[in-house]
Amino acid sequence: MLTKEHILTLLEEVKDPEIPVLSLVDLGVITGVEISEEDHVTVRMTPTFAGCPAMDYMKKDVERTLEKHGIKHYTVTMTFDNPWDSNKISEKGRKALKDFGLAPPPTYDLILDLDILEYATCPYCNSGNTSMRTPFGPTLCRSMHYCNDCRQMFEQFKPL
Amino acid sequence: MNEQAIKDLLYKLADDLLILGHRNSEWTGFGPILEEDIAFSSMAQDKIGHSLAFYTLLHELGEADPDTVAFTRNANQFHNSQLVELPNGEYDFSLIRHFLYDNAEIIRFEMLSQSSYEPIAKVATKLKGEVKYHVLHANTWIRNLGSSTEEAIARLQTSLNEALPYALGMFEPSAYEQDLIDASIYRGEEAVKAAWQQRIRAVLEKTELQLPDLESITPITGGRTGSHTHHLQPLLDEMAEVFKIDPAAEW
Repeated sequence: MLTKEHILTLLEEVKDPEIPVLSLVDLGVITGVEISEEDHVTVRMTPTFAGCPAMDYMKKDVERTLEKHGIKHYTVTMTFDNPWDSNKISEKGRKALKDFGLAPPPTYDLILDLDILEYATCPYCNSGNTSMRTPFGPTLCRSMHYCNDCRQMFEQFKPL
Repeated sequence: MNEQAIKDLLYKLADDLLILGHRNSEWTGFGPILEEDIAFSSMAQDKIGHSLAFYTLLHELGEADPDTVAFTRNANQFHNSQLVELPNGEYDFSLIRHFLYDNAEIIRFEMLSQSSYEPIAKVATKLKGEVKYHVLHANTWIRNLGSSTEEAIARLQTSLNEALPYALGMFEPSAYEQDLIDASIYRGEEAVKAAWQQRIRAVLEKTELQLPDLESITPITGGRTGSHTHHLQPLLDEMAEVFKIDPAAEW
């Protein structure tokens, strides 16, 4: 008898291909797991950024992982029903991002004001004395910042 | 209900995004500075991803699959505004177009996130957060360059004057305008245009740029019904060049 908790534990293995320390569960893109009485597993996913080319890869990775663990009947769907925002990244995920050298996105209440991009915290020295250089970085989900204290460029996972 | 009207709306949205996404991608490797090269390339990726979301909704309504729709139509079957198909020109023109387009786009998404047609509302709710970054980028550069050197101001002013008639063409009403408004699917082009004027004016007021009297400008329309400049077909030929070598290829 499969359980939702068991499936979520399996999915902990699936990492963001561009941030290999961050699981899809901690990233917040797994929005639902349902198990039917016949043990058919449905996993619902939602993209971080709609144009992210890694999403298709992540979906296939989820399918591969389910198969590897002997789950024969599954459906993985990508929907906008419960759209992703950066507040969906777990505490564990935020710590993993910071350890990886990527500033985690600041959490916000209800409506995101992009002014907060000017107040990124440097993941290397924890200084708040930073400035945004460009809202577009090496991938759609990262912005580029400069730390005025330790004088290094760093990337932030964009708040969305 | 209103299926034809919804399809028409989806085609407008998706085609604008696909064509502007392609134009943005033409800056890859040619940006005036590295950050701008990356910015236009990233926005290209976003726009094409956003167009896919709308083509997917069209597919769910019985239209062909997204690749077929994107790569096999001719210019006269596209519903994009002429603004987005114009060549990139120099950086000042691309920047002005980006500013005029994205400030309208975000209003469309804000309004559509309240749409009574749920599939559109869901997609728009997601995309409006992403396009905020495009608007931030456009407004920041217009504010900075629009009050910088004499040359920058003169170039931007010329591009603004050239782009405005096409930009007003974005708001060409469709045959289904009233149906969409009555069904609370979309608030209509006039409502978008009114909000857009306020937003672009608020940014331009902080610069040396002059916004001409919009009432005195004749909009260049036709794009929404398949009438395009001679620039669109070559763009489509280039975009579909690889696809057409082997339309059945698995990527």
